[in-house]
Amino acid sequence: MTFEPGERVRVLPSEKPGHVRTPGYIKGKAGWIESLIGEFPNPEELAYGLSGLPERPLYKVGFLQADLWDDYEGSDEDYLYADVYEHWLEPGEGGKT
Amino acid sequence: MSGHHQHEGAGRTTSPYAARIRAIEALLLEKGVLTEPEVQDNISYMEARSPANGAKLVARAWLDEGFEELLLSDAKSAALQLDIDPEHPAEFVVVKNTPEVHNLIVCTLCSCYPRAILGRPPDWYKSFNYRSRAVREPRAVMREFGFEPPDGVEVLVHDSTADVRYMVLPMRPSGTEGMGEEELAELVTRDSLVGVNVPRL
Repeated sequence: MTFEPGERVRVLPSEKPGHVRTPGYIKGKAGWIESLIGEFPNPEELAYGLSGLPERPLYKVGFLQADLWDDYEGSDEDYLYADVYEHWLEPGEGGKT
Repeated sequence: MSGHHQHEGAGRTTSPYAARIRAIEALLLEKGVLTEPEVQDNISYMEARSPANGAKLVARAWLDEGFEELLLSDAKSAALQLDIDPEHPAEFVVVKNTPEVHNLIVCTLCSCYPRAILGRPPDWYKSFNYRSRAVREPRAVMREFGFEPPDGVEVLVHDSTADVRYMVLPMRPSGTEGMGEEELAELVTRDSLVGVNVPRL
């Protein structure tokens, strides 16, 4: 599956144990694809001495702070980018923004 | 901890972590995985990097639009132009502060930082306090560093969760017209390259 910039996505609420690069506070949260950063060996496998191949697409994903935190102090327009591997993403509601 | 060994560095040399690192290093040397010169080379590599590199990149970008463009589109090439060796497996990306958006860098998972350019991160950058609060209440964190984004400015936090290391290109302070590159570079603090503060006159 490939995502396009502007597409709505949701981060999987997975509890996968071990070394992952998806921080807990974005799990299950909705955001948008900002850009494709590139393809990199999967760090979840590299961490255990494996090759991490094939390389996985890494996206810059945007989130509105107000969607991440119920009690966010600051502008409604404040946002956050996190770099998320494709296998942590699923299509979100609303299609393209 | 006793009162009189609180100077810089004291305590670390005797901490269990330091002892563990020394034991691991000794084992790696003994088993031939690493050699002394390799360890020294790595120490020299890290010590040759400092926030002054970031300040040079920023000052040049403030004076040269073409260089700014390169810095924002291909930061490693821009670094090479100033004889800064950006060699590191991770990507290096520079994000630009504007009158509309202020950028802040954090690594919530560990302490990812553009070490190839700026050297070791400050201790606060690695602290649980900063890592957890920079994403949740970035404006409060910046206030504690003495900076409050003006009204109407959006705050954009970059969590370097994976294979990219980020640095902020701050805005050039007003009143610096006519300043040369070195003078400008002196205004660019490490904190302003992370985004918790801005350069000031």
